[in-house]
This record gives sequence, structure tokens and C-alpha cells, in this order.
Amino acid sequence: MTPSRVAFAAILAKDLRSELRTLQSLPAMALFAVTTFVVFRFGLDRTSLSGSLASGVLWATLLFAAVLGINRLFVAEREEGGFDAIRLAPIDRSVLFAAKAAALLVYLLALEAITVPIFALFFLDSAAGLAPLVAVLLLADLGLAATGTLISSMAVNSRARDLLVPLVLLPLVVPLMIAATGASEPLLALGGPAYDRFGTWLLVLGLYDLIFALVGYAVFDFLLED
Amino acid sequence: MHCGVYGPGNASLGQNLGVNAIELGGLRRDYGERTALDGVGLELAAGESLVVLGPNGAGKTTLLRILATLLRPSGGEAVVLGCSLPDEAWKLRGRIGYLGHEPLLYRDLSGRENLRFHAKLHGAGGAPAEARIEALLAATGMERRADERVAELSAGMRQRLAICRCVLHEPELLLLDEPDSNLDAEGRELARALIGPGVGRTRVVVTHDPDRHLSEADQVLRLGIGEAAAVS
Repeated sequence: MTPSRVAFAAILAKDLRSELRTLQSLPAMALFAVTTFVVFRFGLDRTSLSGSLASGVLWATLLFAAVLGINRLFVAEREEGGFDAIRLAPIDRSVLFAAKAAALLVYLLALEAITVPIFALFFLDSAAGLAPLVAVLLLADLGLAATGTLISSMAVNSRARDLLVPLVLLPLVVPLMIAATGASEPLLALGGPAYDRFGTWLLVLGLYDLIFALVGYAVFDFLLED
Repeated sequence: MHCGVYGPGNASLGQNLGVNAIELGGLRRDYGERTALDGVGLELAAGESLVVLGPNGAGKTTLLRILATLLRPSGGEAVVLGCSLPDEAWKLRGRIGYLGHEPLLYRDLSGRENLRFHAKLHGAGGAPAEARIEALLAATGMERRADERVAELSAGMRQRLAICRCVLHEPELLLLDEPDSNLDAEGRELARALIGPGVGRTRVVVTHDPDRHLSEADQVLRLGIGEAAAVS
């Protein structure tokens, strides 16, 4: 058997190299997010947002931008024979799940590195809440990466992939989004960040991440069977 | 890791498994209510070549994909390199070289990057893997085009790279589905040195070109639609 860390690094490096070369996912995700911020800015007719509204605008935008990347996560494996190549190799197939989730996590972090400063520029009076927001973003991204990878691998073989991913994914990430918006709301409050129930929400996010990472790791091998 | 000992002179599994690389008995594969493959039985000794013939839809590719562990049989028995399928399929991976209809190459990576990726999946890296990749690229006449994206290459050149990928990890069993497809005369000759009958590996070749491949066959399996499979 090939050591899992070697296979993991190979698949992740392959995915990142492909994305850097073709820019098929990240630019679309970022463009969608920025356009949505512009729509919110003019639609709400407000130059400043705070609390629950700011949190809702941020997470709704990031979630739907993430769906664009999740839709494309396994397309190369499906269309270019990557699934067969990996199934023929002497590797633990769950490594593919871990590597794809890691690639999606990188995309999400890159997306947020571009769009969260734009969000702050458009809507926030103060950037003081952004530093603690990083922890929320990271934990929510881990959950999105685990759940998104699992759902994407299930949907990729269907011709209705673009419909199936949001249809199955969005209900599953409702708890994650509730926790993410709940944790972000006091951080984006008017007058500076507060930490009401911040720890509790982080714990919920962490628990969600753990559950879906374990479920994905456990069932992924079966999903690759014919 | 290995399922059992096989090869000339060994007799550790079953009655004939000591000398057989492949043993099939009553092999069947269904897709829903349609039976694609039914009642296939044969024994192929290690180092021998089997040529599989039949019209479109007779189940040739299905048979190859079952042997490659990419499909589960619906019924019957299959023992490949001493491993019983599908239960011991995981032990077979890495011992098979599979050349299918798709080259299993990423279009946005170069040929060399693709081969490095596959070498890593098979646990090979560093200087020995690089040397092996360069040797294969030279053997298929692809060394000058190896840094171009696969998407920019012709179908024949992709097939040459696919042959490199197929034998990169020095597999014991070669499963070849129309190995000559898209290759020109020079490409076919170069490929013959890597996947031809003289390479000393057990081979299963699916072909629509019996004139070319029958002469190199130790056994021929004829699959028909709705007919019993015949071995000669």
C-alpha cells in the first residue's frame, strides 16, 4: 500500500495545480460573492450593516459561492478517469475524500481572503470583529469542506449534478449555518465585537465538523464502488 | 498483501491456481435487468496472452473492468493473481496495468505531470520514478511532447501516454482494451515493446482487430450477444 500521506499530497497537489492553471472554480466563486455584496449594498440601500443582518449577508453569500466550487470538485475525476485511476492504485480510497476536502478548504479560505475584506469595506464601520471572525470562518469552512466533498462525490455521477448538490447539501448545512451566523452576529455588532455565547457556537461548529468528517471518511469507500 | 502464490512451479491455491494467473467460472455481470456477461469460464496461465473477441455490446469491456476490480461481478467466480474477486480486490490494486477506452490522464496537466502523479499513487517517487518515467517517454517517442498539456495532444499521443501510465508501476497483469486504437504504425510498434506478447507478463487483450492479435494469443475468448462464451 502507498502511504496515505504520499497519496494525499499527490492528489491535493494535482488539484491545486489544475486550479491554478485553469482557474475554473475560484474566480467564479469570488465573482459571485462580490456581485452578491454589490446587490445587497444597493438592494438594502444601506452603507453599514451590523449584528444579525451583517452575519446573514456574509454567510448566505459565502454558502452559495461555496456551492459553485463544490459542484465542480469531482468533475475532473469523473470526466478524465480520475476515479478509475485512484481505484486501480494501492491506496486507501478515503485518502481521496481527505485530499478533496483539503482542496475545497483551500478554495474556501482563498475565497474568504478575497471577499471578507470587500465585505468589510462595503458594510462594516469597524474592522475590530474580523480577527475573531477568522476562527468562525475556519471552523465553518471545515464543515463545508467535509459535507461538500461527501455530497459532491455522490452527485457527480448524475446528469442532474448541478441540481442535486444544492438540493442535498443545503438542508444538511443548516445547522452549520445557524452556528456560523450565531457565532458571527456578536462579532459584527454595532459598537465592536461582543462574545456572547461565542464559545458555545464554536463548540457546535467543531462538533459538526467532527461528525461530518468521520461520516465522510467512513462511507467514502462505499461511494466509490460501482 | 499478496493473495496467494501463483506462477509456474507454484501450487498453493486450489487445484490449478498454482499455475494460473486468471481463473473464471460462470462469471456473470448484470446492469439492472440486462445481463452483459454470462457464464464466462476460463483458465489463463501466468505469462500467457488471452485475446477477447466479440461484437459491440458482447461484454468485452465489462469483463476487462471486472478483472481490473473496477466492477463487481454479479455472479460466478473470479480469481485473479491468486485473489478472489470481489472480496480480495484491494489486494490486487497496484498489480494490474489497465488500458481502457479513456487514457486516465488529466487534460490540464502535462504528460510528465500525469505520470509523476500516477507514480506517486503507486508509491514510487524520487530519482527511480523519474528515471522510469523518462525511459517510458523515450520508449513511446513522447519525450519532446511530455511537457505539453494533455488537452493539446492528439488522440494517438494520449494513447502513447496512457500506455506509459499503464506499465509505469511494472504490473504483473496487463488488461488492454483496444490497445492499438488511435496509434499510427510507428506507435503500434513502439507500444508492442511495452505491452506486446514479448514482455513476459500475463495479458488480456480486447480487440476488434483479430488479424493483428490472434497470432500472439495463447487462448481466444469469443463473446457473443445472448450466446455462451467460447474459449479456444
